[in-house]
Amino acid sequence: MDANRLTAEGHARRRFLLGTASLGVVAHTPSLFAAEDAPLVASAHVERGALAPVRLQVNGRDYMLSLEPRVTLLDALREYIGLTGTKKGCDRGQCGACTVLVNDRRINACLALAIAHQGDRIRTVEGLAPHGALHAVQAAFVERDGFQCGYCTPGQICSAVAMLQEARSDTISAATQDVRQRGPIALTDAEIRERMSGNLCRCGAYVGIVAAVRDAATRST
Amino acid sequence: MRAFDYVRAERIDDALTALAEGNTRCLAGGTNLLDLMKGDVEQPARLVDITHLPLAGIEPLPDGGLRIGALVPNSDLANDRRIRERYPLLAQALVSGASPQLRNMATVGGNLLQRTRCHYFVDVGFDACNKRKPGSGCTALEGPNRIHAILGASNRCIAVHPSDMCVALAALDAVVETQSRGGARRIAMHDFHRLPGTTPQRDTELRHDELVTAVTLPPSPFAEHSRYLKVRDRASYAFALVSVAAALDLDGDRVRDARIVLGGVAHKPWRARDAEHALVGHALDDATLSAAGAAATHGARPYHDNAFKVTLAQRAVVRAIREGART
Ligand SMILES: Cc1cc2nc3c(=O)[nH]c(=O)nc-3n(C[C@H](O)[C@H](O)[C@H](O)COP(=O)(O)OP(=O)(O)OC[C@H]3O[C@@H](n4cnc5c(N)ncnc54)[C@H](O)[C@@H]3O)c2cc1C
Ligand code: FES
Ligand code: FES
Repeated sequence: MDANRLTAEGHARRRFLLGTASLGVVAHTPSLFAAEDAPLVASAHVERGALAPVRLQVNGRDYMLSLEPRVTLLDALREYIGLTGTKKGCDRGQCGACTVLVNDRRINACLALAIAHQGDRIRTVEGLAPHGALHAVQAAFVERDGFQCGYCTPGQICSAVAMLQEARSDTISAATQDVRQRGPIALTDAEIRERMSGNLCRCGAYVGIVAAVRDAATRST
Repeated sequence: MRAFDYVRAERIDDALTALAEGNTRCLAGGTNLLDLMKGDVEQPARLVDITHLPLAGIEPLPDGGLRIGALVPNSDLANDRRIRERYPLLAQALVSGASPQLRNMATVGGNLLQRTRCHYFVDVGFDACNKRKPGSGCTALEGPNRIHAILGASNRCIAVHPSDMCVALAALDAVVETQSRGGARRIAMHDFHRLPGTTPQRDTELRHDELVTAVTLPPSPFAEHSRYLKVRDRASYAFALVSVAAALDLDGDRVRDARIVLGGVAHKPWRARDAEHALVGHALDDATLSAAGAAATHGARPYHDNAFKVTLAQRAVVRAIREGART
């Protein structure tokens, strides 16, 4: 980290502490955080048990939080920012309910630390339809009954959005017969199932989920 | 999760300094470390966040091989053109592991150093686990042990290494590069992971003050004929019961050179040298294949619930070789 950034960080921290130390957890921009001159990374070294200023960029908005380093990205989104669209299923990487997009890649927010994702572009299910009109994948889930109770659905939808992007970049999966092939890989149902296998659905809505993803794939190409 | 000090490393030196001070773990993708911290299996005093270090590139080496930075995500590695074309075995192994989300997070270094999924190791409700608490015993010896080792285990520990990537790296003669304040080391993949012996608490040869910086791959004669076959309880998003990396260098139908490495059967990727000997110099007919299959589990010692792994491994070896030869 260079000297300028360190200085900026010091300022940001002081300003932040002045503004919110007694207030508690969530501080929304722009009132408490001047994004213009603020550093991308607010905390580089935090003592055990201490609260650190953590700046997260979620769905195009800046949030300045005060968190312990052990807070996961999932808990930061749900408990500190109040974006409860992202769900907690297993909290251990085994179900995909917590899937969010970080710099356009899908990850499990339950196995990520919020403090390690400062400066990243985070997108949750709430950010897929910013102006009210459903994202193509959301619309396809509605049309095809890609859910029953709906608990896994935000994770499924975020996962599918990233998956379609991955497929457009000709990435392989375990269902791809020849990994040496060049060019597009057809999104067969076997490919869709394998590529969506990081999202479990306890209701077993898989038939609808595969149909929805298939529809969304043909519509968006 | 218990509290810990957090340090973000901006330079490799920051990480080496933090590691040298002790009781510190690197945070890479976090997919294994945070999972184990949530379960109280790992209790580091400090995490050093290495995700911003410049170790995420894949560079060509003068000998025609590749150097893969320790922070390259598993998904990017699997999809790198050079890996897909020249080391398809590695690409196949990578995409058979975990889930797309986890592969986006998981790094090469973290995958190498991921810990066993032995039920008794990951659950602190079991008192006896020599890997977690040296000297406490091994619950798996008497308890359900369907997923456990059949090769190279000891009466102290019968856990298996869970990685798919490592099995392919072992077949491709990869080398792990490390750095510490004391200097740099290169450790052959085959020597990197250890057998449990009397010190199952140590998974690898890596010291606590060392950072994995890269893995190198030599040029490979196996690009045309190789296959990673993974056998598991469900079709996806599950660890291997048995896996096989079969890599063949063929001269017509005769085997010039071969690597057969098994996953899910031992405390480390298990190189089945006897199976390789059964192949090299021979034509790939049924007799050779079944000889190689049988040889792959020489010395196997199953426990009460996992005898099926012996037969499964033999058959998986035969099928992986067959499919590898055909590609
Ligand atoms: C539900 C689930 C299913 C899975 N299924 C599979 C599967 O089928 N096959 C498979 O192979 N894997 C599977 N995995 C495991 C996954 O591949 C590993 O968790 C992952 O590869 C670890 O990488 P990471 O970067 O997240 O490591 P981290 O969790 O960040 O680190 C793991 C360990 O390595 C250390 N470390 C990391 N990088 C370095 C470095 N450069 N130098 C020194 N130390 C370092 C850390 O300190 C830590 O001790 C699964 C995981 C989950 C949660
Ligand atoms: S809540 Fe993250 S994978 Fe289940
Ligand atoms: S819709 Fe209920 S879990 Fe998927």
